Amino acid sequence: MEGRGVLKSESLRRSYVTPVLCVVVVAAAATPPPRSLCPSAPHRESVAKEKMHGRPRKAPKPDDEASAAKAAQLQTLQVQLLQNHHDKIYTKEALEICAKLVEVNPEHYTAWNYRKLAVESILRSETDADAIKAILTQELRVAESALRRNFKCYAAWYHRKWVLNKGFLSLDHEFRLLDQFQKLDSRNFHAWNYRRHVAALKNLSLEEELKFTTDMIDTNFSNYSAWHNRSVLLSDLLKQKVQGYSHREKVLTEEYELVHQAIFTDPDDQSGWFYHLWLLDQTVRPDSPVLTASWPPEGSELVLSFEHNLSGGLLSPFRTVYSDDGVFPIVLCFNQAVGGVNASTVTIVYMFNKNEDLSWMPLSTDNSGSAQAWVTYLNFPDVKDLSQAYPVEVRFGHSQGIVTSSGCHYCCPSQFAFTVSLHSFNLEHSEVASNVEMVVWKDDGFNAYGGPIMDLSSIVSFDQLKIDKECLQKASSWQSETISNEIALFRELLSEIDCKIGNLTLARLLMAHDAMMSYQPSQQKKTHSKEVLDLFIGLMKMDPCHYRYYKDEHSLVLMEQVTSTSDSLVRHCCQYDHQISSGLHNLICFRLKNMSLSRIGFIERLLWVQMLDLSHNELRSIEGLEAMQLLSCLNLSNNKLRSLTALEPLRLLKSLKVLDISYNEIGAHSIDTTRYLCASPLSHAVGTDWNINEDVNNDDNVRKYWEAVVIFKGLHLTQLDVVGNAIADERFRLLLSKVLPCLKWLDGEVVH
Amino acid sequence: MGELEMEKHVRYILTIEKKKDDFVSLVIEHLRINGAYWGLTTLDLLGKIETIDQDEVVSWVMKCQDESGGFAGNIGHDPHILYTLSAVQILALLDKLDVLDIDKVSNYVAGLQNEDGSFSGDIWGEVDTRFSYIAICCLSILRRLEKINVEKAVDFVVRCKNLDGGFGSTPGGESHAGQIFCCVGALALTGSLHHIDRDLLGWWLCERQVKSGGLNGRPEKLPDVCYSWWVLSSLVMIDRVHWIDKEKLARFILDCQDKENGGISDRPDDAVDVFHTYFGVAGLSLLEYPGVKAIDPAYALPVDVVNKIIFKK
Repeated sequence: MEGRGVLKSESLRRSYVTPVLCVVVVAAAATPPPRSLCPSAPHRESVAKEKMHGRPRKAPKPDDEASAAKAAQLQTLQVQLLQNHHDKIYTKEALEICAKLVEVNPEHYTAWNYRKLAVESILRSETDADAIKAILTQELRVAESALRRNFKCYAAWYHRKWVLNKGFLSLDHEFRLLDQFQKLDSRNFHAWNYRRHVAALKNLSLEEELKFTTDMIDTNFSNYSAWHNRSVLLSDLLKQKVQGYSHREKVLTEEYELVHQAIFTDPDDQSGWFYHLWLLDQTVRPDSPVLTASWPPEGSELVLSFEHNLSGGLLSPFRTVYSDDGVFPIVLCFNQAVGGVNASTVTIVYMFNKNEDLSWMPLSTDNSGSAQAWVTYLNFPDVKDLSQAYPVEVRFGHSQGIVTSSGCHYCCPSQFAFTVSLHSFNLEHSEVASNVEMVVWKDDGFNAYGGPIMDLSSIVSFDQLKIDKECLQKASSWQSETISNEIALFRELLSEIDCKIGNLTLARLLMAHDAMMSYQPSQQKKTHSKEVLDLFIGLMKMDPCHYRYYKDEHSLVLMEQVTSTSDSLVRHCCQYDHQISSGLHNLICFRLKNMSLSRIGFIERLLWVQMLDLSHNELRSIEGLEAMQLLSCLNLSNNKLRSLTALEPLRLLKSLKVLDISYNEIGAHSIDTTRYLCASPLSHAVGTDWNINEDVNNDDNVRKYWEAVVIFKGLHLTQLDVVGNAIADERFRLLLSKVLPCLKWLDGEVVH
Repeated sequence: MGELEMEKHVRYILTIEKKKDDFVSLVIEHLRINGAYWGLTTLDLLGKIETIDQDEVVSWVMKCQDESGGFAGNIGHDPHILYTLSAVQILALLDKLDVLDIDKVSNYVAGLQNEDGSFSGDIWGEVDTRFSYIAICCLSILRRLEKINVEKAVDFVVRCKNLDGGFGSTPGGESHAGQIFCCVGALALTGSLHHIDRDLLGWWLCERQVKSGGLNGRPEKLPDVCYSWWVLSSLVMIDRVHWIDKEKLARFILDCQDKENGGISDRPDDAVDVFHTYFGVAGLSLLEYPGVKAIDPAYALPVDVVNKIIFKK
């Protein structure tokens, strides 16, 4: 760490850092960086570590005598060992050969196996406790000298563990050895793992081990391993509410103080970065899942129109849902993935279906059976009584059952209600309507929305939490104080030194602050979006290596800004009114065109959208879009989508009819970064068995374009645009027309 | 920036294949089958797999098989799951899986699963998430994943998840890029990537890129070409690889080439070896370097080899 830009803010130290630790931090700043051993790599290359890392490159030359002799000796030892191993010879001399071998080549795993066999064989005939102890102690010695040669030798560490697990031996020696080793290489994760193992064998208290991490950090705060172990121990202590750790807020406050010293002493040293982020998460994250939105929202009055493509001049464009067959979705969005949403945890009261007949589906395609958004479909009959508004009531959270993967239950009795009026057309109209028309995305087909904003406000839920007033999660005064403190502190840091982690942390703190405030409906929401956007723009310049990380974060903040109020939403709403179209002209299109978005978010605020234009952005992913169950027309053209598997969320959009993915990068890349995020036979996703007889019919195209089959099979697209992608050749088009039987237009041409 | 010295790397791999008597070769004699996998995969990624005598390789690999069904790192050594995967990968690469008694090999692997879902490396019982990945990958290639309790296997991997989003070798173990690859790979192959906070892990992984453009394996460590594979493949699997500067990383890998004699080293001007040669070339493959075949980030085999196995007729 020496020579780094160490922050010397006296005012920061004085006000926030305890004096004792301050001294330690300064001392730590002068200690040399961790030994530059090769980071130990995982499987397959163990020996490689010692022999293959950090050797200077030399011109190849014939082996000199000394090294030839060394090689010959090693070869002899290895041959002898294997011979003894196969002949099951466990004499003293044979064991001596083995000991020599593992000293020269500690990674020779068969030699360690041989030793274990030998020990077991000898122990079988040995009953004297002292003799057993002597044998096992000898094994520890062999393992120790191997470790002294190679600290990172998996086999030697395991041999030690194996010997220790036999019992008989004192554990104190192990701690002495570990203290030595961990002083020499304080980041050796084998030693840390071994320490955890021995501490557990000895029943050491978590506090004692926590004290050890404090000492290590005091000696040198640049010790990520110690911070890591601290987070593990502290989580356990907090979970078990051990005496002295029951006051969570006090404990976390002290941890903030400790990590500030690491970050403020050397802001470029990463050791404290992730710990601070973890503390922030511990501070603001609610334990139980929270409902973030529902479709429809509380109190809304909706119209269900039975014809999909009709001009309903009289109908409110925002409040009308189109469905061919009277299917009406109800969506619940949570702040984290939950399972257990079903007819026994959610009760829906309305007159056409029994609650127990409704089935809920997670809006995800993985094997988890859980999701952030869940959907069920109500069925309305095509009755002609237009005067009646049918009430629907949804109740949940009254009993346990909706639960996160970590076992936290949604425990907040909630309900919301809305009405649905039915709308049907006379025969004359219906005939006109049966001619489905092509959607044209040209700008002149869209007019600014001039209708009343009230209409929009009534179907967007900003304060969904209002529906569960009873258990409103109000930020505690400790939470708000902590975040405000942190914000002030990092502003001060930035006034001293313009560093990356300072800017990034400030941006995260401001977002956390805003998110926390959004749970408080009564308060005025002062958001910091503008400042956060500027921070990310600054970071893109300051740390260009991670440009795209900041860009993605920037996009999410933009999405938050756009979706935060009815006023900003309505600015992006247009009425689709293409001249040649008589059918679709009452649709509202939500347009986020040309906003330089690389990522989307805050989808829970867009559940009402039926037509969405995201064209001319820089999207690589459409994650989250699966919650938009009303979506029927989607324009993703002119983005940076790299593969068909990136379209995975579309598989869950059963109302989708019109899709434009033209002018992306699909097929232009050899590496598919969403290959494993898409449920397919590659990931052994349930229900994706590659049924070769049914799907392939000896059709090589199907194998070549398996992603297209996986994504598009089951969709009812009538219109698709794929032109301008590397993948879009004639073979591909031919396959699409086979996979999509409802397709009428492909790239603007009628499909025959 | 220099170009990738494809020809020289091919020649380098073919040379070391012959070398068996010097100290360095002897020291890694017990993991020769790993070396064979690294070398052969590199040759295939460079489009030169046909330069070796495939029958000779297959017959040598089969000589490493033990009665238990598992494979040893070399003839005469003990079987271990580490070497069993390499053997299976080599045979998959050469399209010779049919020489295997599939059930025998898969029973060996499945037999190493423990009650808590974890896997031991061999009969001696060392437990590590590396072995979880290896078991899952191996059985996926052999199309016998149903032989293990996948749910429990996934649970164990998830228990090794840390508060920084990464994974360690056992519950409580520190996050390490190599270990993260194993755990992300295990979750990818079992449709379980939803257990990962991809933004959190993505940030940790992309911060592995240091000023020189290279990647390290843990915070405050030196960069090393092998992380071009461990970090990069993990980032690809969670769709966050765009968060690093790919050009700078490619330059770092190319700077680690021995431009005279072929081969790639851990850092510029260090001695080359087959291990880093493979990880360098595999890293360039993930970076879509022209002329290098695409590699699958989870199976660590060329994409065409994997697709052939999974989507076969």
